[in-house]
Amino acid sequence: MTGFLRLEGLTKQFGGTRAVDQVSLALERGEMLALLGPSGSGKTTTLRLLAGFETPDAGRVLIEGDDVTRVAPVSRRFGMVFQHYALFPHLDVARNVAFGLESLGVRGEELSRRVDRALALVDLAGFGPRRIDQLSGGQQQRVALARALAPEPRVLLLDEPLSNLDPTLRERTRREIRELIRRVGITTVLVTHEQDEAFELGDRVAVMRAGRLEQVGTPDELYAAPANAFVGGFVGQSSTLGVTILGPSARGLRISIEGVEWDIDLPPGAAGLSGAAMMLVRPEALRLAPPDPAALPATIVGRRFVGPSAIYSARTESGAVLEVVAPAQAVPAGARVGLLPSRRAGGGIHLFPADQR
Amino acid sequence: MRPRRPGPAALVLLAVLVWLIAYPLALVLVEGVRDASGWTLEYVRLFLARPSEWEALWGSLWISVVSVVLAGAIGIPLAFLFSRYDLPAGRLLSGLVALPAVLPPLVGVVAFLFLYGETGFVSLLVQRIFGLTDPPWRLQGAGAILLVHAYSMYVYFYLFVRAALLSLDGSLLEAAASLGAGRWRTLGRVVLPQLRPALAGAALLTFMTALASFSAPYIFGGGFRVMPTQIVATRLNGDDRLAMVETISLTLVALTALWLFRGTRTEAAAGGRKGAGPARVPVRHRGARLALAALGWLLAAVLLLPHATLLLVSFVPIGTWTVEPLPPAYTWRNYLTLVQDPVRARPLVNSLWLATIATVAAVSLALAGAIVSRRRRPGARVIEALLAMPWAVPGTVFAIALATAFSVRAPWAGRMILVGTVWILPLAYLVRNLPITSRAILSGVRALDPSLDEAAATLGAGRVRTLRRVTLPLLRPALLAGASLAFVTAFGDFVTSIMLYTYDTRPISLEILSSLRQSDVGVAAAYGVVLMLVSALVFAVGAERRRPE
Repeated sequence: MTGFLRLEGLTKQFGGTRAVDQVSLALERGEMLALLGPSGSGKTTTLRLLAGFETPDAGRVLIEGDDVTRVAPVSRRFGMVFQHYALFPHLDVARNVAFGLESLGVRGEELSRRVDRALALVDLAGFGPRRIDQLSGGQQQRVALARALAPEPRVLLLDEPLSNLDPTLRERTRREIRELIRRVGITTVLVTHEQDEAFELGDRVAVMRAGRLEQVGTPDELYAAPANAFVGGFVGQSSTLGVTILGPSARGLRISIEGVEWDIDLPPGAAGLSGAAMMLVRPEALRLAPPDPAALPATIVGRRFVGPSAIYSARTESGAVLEVVAPAQAVPAGARVGLLPSRRAGGGIHLFPADQR
Repeated sequence: MRPRRPGPAALVLLAVLVWLIAYPLALVLVEGVRDASGWTLEYVRLFLARPSEWEALWGSLWISVVSVVLAGAIGIPLAFLFSRYDLPAGRLLSGLVALPAVLPPLVGVVAFLFLYGETGFVSLLVQRIFGLTDPPWRLQGAGAILLVHAYSMYVYFYLFVRAALLSLDGSLLEAAASLGAGRWRTLGRVVLPQLRPALAGAALLTFMTALASFSAPYIFGGGFRVMPTQIVATRLNGDDRLAMVETISLTLVALTALWLFRGTRTEAAAGGRKGAGPARVPVRHRGARLALAALGWLLAAVLLLPHATLLLVSFVPIGTWTVEPLPPAYTWRNYLTLVQDPVRARPLVNSLWLATIATVAAVSLALAGAIVSRRRRPGARVIEALLAMPWAVPGTVFAIALATAFSVRAPWAGRMILVGTVWILPLAYLVRNLPITSRAILSGVRALDPSLDEAAATLGAGRVRTLRRVTLPLLRPALLAGASLAFVTAFGDFVTSIMLYTYDTRPISLEILSSLRQSDVGVAAAYGVVLMLVSALVFAVGAERRRPE
């Protein structure tokens, strides 16, 4: 296993529960990895193990081959941006940014030059004498970034960096952060529970659940080939439904849904499955049709607009709700329709063993 | 929009507060510079010319400053120890360490007398161990006063700093660590600046308490002069107008301190925090754990020695304990006496009803003030200032002021004769309690979300119903806290009582003093134990609802 930053079998228990369970990851220099998962999945604990605020019960953290597992955060030289920024309220912007540099013994001319450079990097040149409480949330966030980056750390850690910004600001800040980190070229680990954030910021995304790493891959890989229903459900839009696999067919695979038979492309990794299964289906993998014995009968119960299209919620007779993308004015609410797999090949339907979730 | 003028309720409240607080103080000010023949600076001149006055003023000042230093030196390290490190039995110890707070000032002084006085346990023990013929020290003068002050006042620093440390945003410390700052740099650059409000608040509170302290100098002072005891002595001599000038001088020192510390908040709560508090540092090394545990328990033992001593002495029959290191005989009689002997029981009953009346009145006035101030009606700021004013003025001063205002029958000037009646003590307790009570209640009222009132209004609840169904239930913790502070202070009061009591209204503290004078240490200690237990109980009730959510 190679990599600039490596996590090897990291495990951390709190009380009886394993907050982090055998997590192994490797990052190349300059790579940006997003840890994605619901709350309680262990992503923040993983980040704190990386920063050194927690000591793992087992496993190692290596940077350029050096084992830093037991190195105190003080000497680890990992920069961190905290969820609430943790800016020192009694110091002004410049002194906040200077704090880490002073730890390294940087003084005088050099210090103010590097503080100015860090502030210019986050577009806050001239903000040095401001007090922290005079800044907006977005500015505070950028000061936190400048403070973390100023001592030129080996790794940058971001804990839910956008969660404290209002939604309109969030998207813009996301782009800015991405650009800034690209420009600096620093190896970065980011924790988030927002899929959009993970997909836009991460070169690769690591999905976590209950302390375990479920899947690591590029956003495309995760979307096209989720390892299980959890990853599939957490990444992108989807609906799930119990189905029965009947056997191979002309197109790929024949399945039965609530008594209706569908002919679908063979989903990736579904070759070995038979019998009862869990189907995960993307809205774009289905199409609306008039009611027909070959189509799954359903009633339109809701609609939301996405550009020129709309995503329709259709309730089947068993009460399951599937989402289907179709032109905005295709059918009115309350209409009875039939659901069929899209004619277009390209996946969007995944099958997993029925007992797995 | 409501009319922007004080409502009738606010005006009545304002009038009552002016009459009770500002007016008596103004009378003192006037009487210091006016006598039968008219305006005069004679007494000011007399004051300035007497070296003993300067000595007393200087004594008060330096004792107070050194008390702050000593209390800080004990309280701050303790706060760090118990809030930053995860010690064995740490929770229990951190509670025990705050227990000096349940000893009313006079009771603490008496306990010290039993412990470290010439025939105290510790003194006799040291004398025996080293085979001395004389007691190893005399518990007298500035040293004795400072000992008692340090013991009873470090709790302010301890509680303030501990609260501030516990509410410190833990991610600030982590941020400092991830920026490469070591332990000491983090302490100096991040932690201490965050603690500044708590330190200033505790320092101010300690200074004001030490400046007003009466019990310790009164019992242990000997020839050492401080202003509060000087005022009482001057007044007993009949030099009323000189006492007024002394009173004014002490008030000026107090006001100067308040001015120097202006902008300081004296509430232990430090709000507005984000994120979780800092995690406690576990002490892993076994030796270190043991050493810290031993140190903690030793400390707790020393701090609880006065409480234990009181309890022990309260079982000593009169006249049986003279020179032995431990009392030779024990009895329940002292406690039985308190209940059975009508003369002994009277002070208990007195203190109970005096404190109850004063508490009910203080809570009512403070609540009224808080509600007026919340509605932001004009006059609110004046009311708040009046409520806080007695705090700036040492208890002795207020006792003098009330004694002056209410010893004359002049109804047209708002004066009547209350001195010598049963009403003067509850009144004095009430005035003294207003600042702490109103502070507790005001901060509770400020924490209420104003939209709750608005929500109640949109649901059709009138003002009275909103108060009864929404405001008061939510204020319960603040009201309980305010009431418990008021009750405990009034119940153990000594400084105002000694100047205003009558034989029929004599409170526990004065009975303790007279029991001591009759060498009936057992009964004195039994009263002390009762005071201590009632204070602890009332504090526990008051704190119950303040548990963090």
